[in-house]
Amino acid sequence: MAALYQINIRKALADARLQSAIYASTGRLMDHRRHAMAPDALPDYQELRTQANLIKKHTIENLDHYLEQFEVQVAAHGGKVVWAKDGGEVVEFLGELAKEKGARLIVKSKSMTTEEIDLNERLGHQHLETVETDLGEYIIQLAGERPYHIVAPALHLTRYEVAEIFTRHLGVENETAPEKLTKIARATLRQKFLAADIGVTGANFLVADSGAVVLVENEGNARMSTTAPRIHVAVAGIEKLVPRAQDLAVFLKLLGRSATGQPLTVYTSFLSGPRRGEEIDGPDEFYVVLLDNGRTRVLADRDKRQSLYCIRCGACLNHCPVYRKIGGHNYPWVYSGPIGAIISPQFMGLTHDPWLPFASSLCGACAEVCPVKIDIPRLLLELRSEVVKAEERQPGRRLERLAFRAWAWVMRHPRIYEMLGLAAGALMGEGDGKGWLSRAPALMNWGPLRAWLSQRDLPPAGRSFRQLWRVRSARVKS
Amino acid sequence: MSREYVLHKTRTALGRNVGQAPAPAPPVRLRIPQVDVEVRLANFFQALEKLAGKTSRAGSPAEARAYVAALIGDRPAVASNAPFLRECGIPGLPSVRTDFTGREALRAVCATADFGITSADYALADTGTLVLLSSSQEARMISLLPPVHVALVPRERLLTGLDELLTLLPQPSEQTSSMVLITGPSRTADIEQILVRGVHGPGEIHVVVV
Repeated sequence: MAALYQINIRKALADARLQSAIYASTGRLMDHRRHAMAPDALPDYQELRTQANLIKKHTIENLDHYLEQFEVQVAAHGGKVVWAKDGGEVVEFLGELAKEKGARLIVKSKSMTTEEIDLNERLGHQHLETVETDLGEYIIQLAGERPYHIVAPALHLTRYEVAEIFTRHLGVENETAPEKLTKIARATLRQKFLAADIGVTGANFLVADSGAVVLVENEGNARMSTTAPRIHVAVAGIEKLVPRAQDLAVFLKLLGRSATGQPLTVYTSFLSGPRRGEEIDGPDEFYVVLLDNGRTRVLADRDKRQSLYCIRCGACLNHCPVYRKIGGHNYPWVYSGPIGAIISPQFMGLTHDPWLPFASSLCGACAEVCPVKIDIPRLLLELRSEVVKAEERQPGRRLERLAFRAWAWVMRHPRIYEMLGLAAGALMGEGDGKGWLSRAPALMNWGPLRAWLSQRDLPPAGRSFRQLWRVRSARVKS
Repeated sequence: MSREYVLHKTRTALGRNVGQAPAPAPPVRLRIPQVDVEVRLANFFQALEKLAGKTSRAGSPAEARAYVAALIGDRPAVASNAPFLRECGIPGLPSVRTDFTGREALRAVCATADFGITSADYALADTGTLVLLSSSQEARMISLLPPVHVALVPRERLLTGLDELLTLLPQPSEQTSSMVLITGPSRTADIEQILVRGVHGPGEIHVVVV
């Protein structure tokens, strides 16, 4: 019996439209990144990566210090830091804040952290309307889906599907041109911005020495969310800190280029505290919610804590041969792709989806493009080893252990190994250009062997290495 | 309390004590290239035009005023209180409204104006970026709500790039609650990775370097 995730993955693989949508979009993002990172466009790219890695490492290793410094600085600029163990506490805080201020409508700019805690749905239970304002997020909110990609949430939908979603939920004419669709969203959301009481954002960076929230975006919805409503609440994971505003010179150069190939995104907002005395506009109240939600558990592992360096650029997704085939919704949590494969098990616990760290060919493309140099393939291997260790303690693994013990014995007995090899070759017959194992006799197409063989194949059997070696040795001697 | 809980768990995970000083941070990395002002100007225009920004050079404040007058015609515009706009005579243009000090009044005007006119505290040559610090002279909304943003920038405010900006302003939060870097018109590629300009912010941006 195939597991549910296997059925879903097969469905995605068989969907030609979806396959070409994923392939085209990630391909374009890869091209854009490659141009932006070309040696003549950014000669010191590798130096910047090294510096970004050093800063993240330093910050994470001294995180308690920077969290406290950040809190002091936010307060010094008239804002307030709120600490949250988990999503429940974020919801509780926002619910109480809304009640106290008589707020009904919340506008939101794109944030993976709030996706992680299902913020919209949970606020909905408290009769608060939460509207996503990034175009991609707005589309998938209307469609009732979760983001397909860290940077491009609606990457899997065509314009025709978006048109249908808009017609169904907004009662507008069926328009399929992206310009028209964008205009519809602009007009609808403009009214929401002007009516909203609270703007909720995430944070790309939190700056300890300034008490500042840094937001990076292209559409202007984060600026609207932090300018139009009276209250701004930023929800951010504790790992988002950088020590100094000046460190942004490194991170901003890497983030836009890695994500979409932009040297800088259209808007970079550096926000600290509410509107000050003389300033004409801006919010009256400014809160930053610092969220743990499993991050301190990740911190405890000296090596794997580097998972927290991630700046959510999405480059590892675009370059991952597995993500590009199975797509974003086949990962068990909101974080997809290689980074999702290493952080999901660490945040949620290994038992949740033990197959996840194995869903990788370990090709290393993710590590190569990571702007903060997270060694994703090695962390995947470590997680695999943890999964196996945990499973070994369970009784159901006897057959596999037996098989490997037998294999080890065969490998230590060269004569028997060779005989088995010859026997297998004879059993398969001569090659006909097609796969080898796929033509295996019914005997081998049984039970646990079939599961193993269904994913593996070999070219037609020729002469074995040992045979070739003997021929060669004989020739050299003569 | 969650504050103590999160901090305690963080310290335990890292093996650190309450109030323990951090290890020395890696030195800041800022590199400011030497670029002649004419080259800077050319770079700025090139970068912004690549993003479909409209650029123009004005020899004098009067020329800048003429550019703006021709652009907006008699359509409604809102201008910030920046002294440089005053110097260029922008408030004198017939369809321009300015001198707003209250948020609500400004919001109502910005919501219906066709043009938002501002200056900029700095501009970054290598990326074609405008830097605006929120103050009594520059509001956040003027460069955000109207569909077209027009910025008049004196040429001595043109910096080489981000590194020079952060060298001049090592802590922007000391000066303002909001510093925004604007690099081209508002855009999205959320539908099929097809570029569309003018989502929530202005779809058109004009920069006049004076």
